[in-house]
Formats: sequence, C-alpha cells, structure tokens
Amino acid sequence: MDVGRVYAEEYGRSVSVLVRVFGDIDIAEDAVQDAFTEAARRWPVDGPPPSPAGWIITTARNRAIDRLRREAARADKQAQAALLHAEAEPVEEGAVPDDRLRLIFTCCHPALAEPARVALTLRLLGGLTTTEIASAFLVPEKTMAQRIVRAKAKIRDAGIPYRVPHESDLPDRLQSVLSVLYLIFNEGYSSFVRKDLCAEAIRLARVLVALMPDEPEAMGLLALMLLTESRRPARTAPDGSLVLLADQDRTLWNASMVAEGQSLVRACLRRGQPGPYQLQAAIHAVHSDPPTDWTQVVQLYDQLLALTPSPVVALNRAVAVAEVDGPAAALSLVDELDLPSYRVFHAVRADLLRRLGRPAEAAEAYERALALTETEPERAFLRARLNSVARGGHGP
Amino acid sequence: MGDMKQYLISIYQPDGPTPEPEFLEPIIAQLQQIQRDLRKSGSWVFSAGLHAPDTATVVRAKGGDAMITDGPFVEGKEHLGGFTVIKAADLDEALAWGRRFAEATTLPIEVRPLVD
Repeated sequence: MDVGRVYAEEYGRSVSVLVRVFGDIDIAEDAVQDAFTEAARRWPVDGPPPSPAGWIITTARNRAIDRLRREAARADKQAQAALLHAEAEPVEEGAVPDDRLRLIFTCCHPALAEPARVALTLRLLGGLTTTEIASAFLVPEKTMAQRIVRAKAKIRDAGIPYRVPHESDLPDRLQSVLSVLYLIFNEGYSSFVRKDLCAEAIRLARVLVALMPDEPEAMGLLALMLLTESRRPARTAPDGSLVLLADQDRTLWNASMVAEGQSLVRACLRRGQPGPYQLQAAIHAVHSDPPTDWTQVVQLYDQLLALTPSPVVALNRAVAVAEVDGPAAALSLVDELDLPSYRVFHAVRADLLRRLGRPAEAAEAYERALALTETEPERAFLRARLNSVARGGHGP
Repeated sequence: MGDMKQYLISIYQPDGPTPEPEFLEPIIAQLQQIQRDLRKSGSWVFSAGLHAPDTATVVRAKGGDAMITDGPFVEGKEHLGGFTVIKAADLDEALAWGRRFAEATTLPIEVRPLVD
C-alpha cells in the first residue's frame, strides 16, 4: 500500500473528519499533513497498517491534540477553543461519510467568491497543493495562496458552518456544489492538457453521488462528465488538431465510461425530475449511441432551453436543428443570438455558412473564431477549415 | 446552541427623496414584524434607523484642532439607512434573517460578522 495512493484517496476524508473534530480548517490540514509525513517515514519500514485511513485520522488527531495542549498551556486562546471543541466531539474513525459532505458544502458556500470555492474544494477535498491549483488555473502561486488564505479566514470569521444545509436551502446550495465541480471539470477539459482536473472532478462527483444518492442532478452531473471524458482519446487527431464528434473514431471512446454514463442517465431520468445536468447528460448519451438521433437531441435541447434559457444553450440547439431542418434554418436561429465574444458562436456560424456555400462569409467567421481561440487543437482545426473555404471548397 | 456570533445587518438604500407613505408603510410594518420576531427568538441585540446622509457631519483631528465638515464621509448612490445587530449560531442563520430584511425592503442587505 503506497502512501501516495492513500493520500489521493483519503486526504479529503481525513481533513473532513479533523475539521469536524477541531472546528478549524488550518489545524485539520496541518494535522493531516503531519500524519502523512509520519506515514511516509514509517510505513515503508513497519509495513502499512490494517486500516490506512483510520491510522491517518487517529495519528492526525493525536498529534494535533498534543500540539494544541502545548499551545493551550501557553494560554493560546485559539488552541484552547479547538481543544474544547475536540473534547466535545466523539471520535468516529474512518467511514463517517457525512463529514466530507459537510465540508463540500462549506467549501462551495455562496458567501465565498466562485474562484475561492473552486480552490478550496480542490485543496481540502482533493488534496491538491496550492502550487498545483495555481498552475491548473494559470494563476500566479502567490495569488492562489492569498485566495485560499482569505477564503479560510472568511469561513472562520464570518462563521460559515460545517454542515449540510437545511432542507429549505438545500436545492440552491447543492446547485453551487454542482457548478463548482463542473467548473473544475470544464477547466480541465477545455484546456486539452490539464486532464488531472477532469479526473479530480469525476472523483469528487462520485463522492457526492454516493453521499446524496437521492439527488438526480448530482447523478446527472457525474454522467455528463463521464460521457464527455469518454471521448477524450478521440477528440484530437495525431497532428493534435480537434476532431469533431461526427468525425471521431468511436473505437477510441472509453467504453466503460460510456456504459457507466448511459446507465446513470437512465437511472436519474427515471426519477422524473429532469434538471439541466441530467438533460445535458442525456444529450451526450444520445451522441454516445451513434448514429445520433438528432430529432431527440433537438427535443432535449428544447427542454433544456425551457429550464435554462441562455444564448449558449440556444446556440447548441441550433447546431442540432441544422441536422434536422438544414443549415439555413439553423443560421437564422444563430443570427438572432447576441454572443459576439464567444468563439463557438463564430465557429458554428462559419460552419453553417460553409455548408450553405457562402465561403467568403464563412472565412470571415472562421477568422473571428480564431481570434478568440487560445487552445492549439481548436486553432489547428479552425485554421484547416479556414484554408479549405479560402481555397473555395465547401464540404458536406 | 454553542457559541453565538454577532452579525451586523445593514440596509443600503438609494439616495433621493423619501418614497411615498403608501409605498413605505407596508415595508415599515414588515420591518417591525422582523424586529419582533428577532426579539422573540432571542436573536436581537440592537437596531436603529438613521436620518438621511445629508444630516451627517464628519470630524477630523488635525494638528490639535478638530476639522468639521458637512456631509457624509462616503458619498455614493446608496447610503446606510439603518442597521440591526443580531446573535446567530452561524452565517447561514444570520443570512436567513438577512434574507427576510431583503424581502421586506427589496433592498440589498449586507451581513457582516462582528469581531468576538
């Protein structure tokens, strides 16, 4: 049993338990770090303990209590308060799933700014270091460190609680948790390279689904991530350029992720409470079962648009409309949308114009999309399309 | 309920003339109800409404003298209209009271912890 793997799997759980015990995030983090350092020293010599997670939690708790006793003896008020808190809390080693759930809700509290929610979730539940989070979000390490310190201070000073919200607040608060996890996933997916973030988001979504099995939107989000991630191996060509869904080699799709995602979609939709994540997952599930039934995709987008009316959803719907009613119908929908700084808007328009045999306008739209696109695979794709319309070709 | 924290609930209102009584009266009635509920639940600490910002005066100490100027310290499009200090177990509980103020006044409400 190597310490690194235990760390990845058990860090979040251990910190959650210790936060409950001491009522303080910094004490919990320090104690868990100490325990893992000790584990790295002792396990290779003594062999791993029978319950590594339990060992980490017990060691972390004992070490923190020793340290706090020394500090409390020097009349440190914060140490005294944390000790009192710990004495009042029963020890429940290992499987107390509620602790992680509580901490997720704390990290994703709407009183924190969204970038802080993302950073705290990755740090406290994912066990990522500040350096790793900073590099994943292309932010200077110092900025990320300040963001985390400030968020932890707000949790402490403003009294953001460590608990699952009351029933009446739960729908809104769960929404915030789901959107943080999806943001983490998308950051990884849209970058093409930071795929660790996708894996972490999927891992956290699995935890959430296990802890809140009655929430179909949590299931929907997990399904959405799995179905999206399943296509990663087919998403870029050997030359590194983007491959559109229709042109992907499906034998490259991750079959077990597809199967799991599709079965989750069926399971959540059976609850009869469709929500935005479930509907997006359902759309992906239709794509994962080729040939795509575009009429069904349009119907799902109709439902999604009714729930979350946004120009981005309307744009995606128009892409499906193009397959059912043709590019002219889709273009008239797209031209009604006000998304001048969204690269996908220009890419979609360009493609519709290309299919309508209007290469000059298509080229202009590809140029605009290129100007707004940063990732190399998408740029390579757009450049190839631009060259092809500029040469006067227009494909299918 | 273990440790109680105190929170300042501030009501920010737009500058300009006082709204008509028929608009204001139902709001005041609701605010009074919230104050009664706060007292009943033992959460009330202190509350006050403020006169308009143009009644404010700023004092600065300068080289042994007091420099006095007319008007509020911060000029803006909104001003602090009133505040309530409450006791609550945590931010969620304080925000639940804040929400009631927001619903009654339709104004933005700031909830801010007091130093213990």
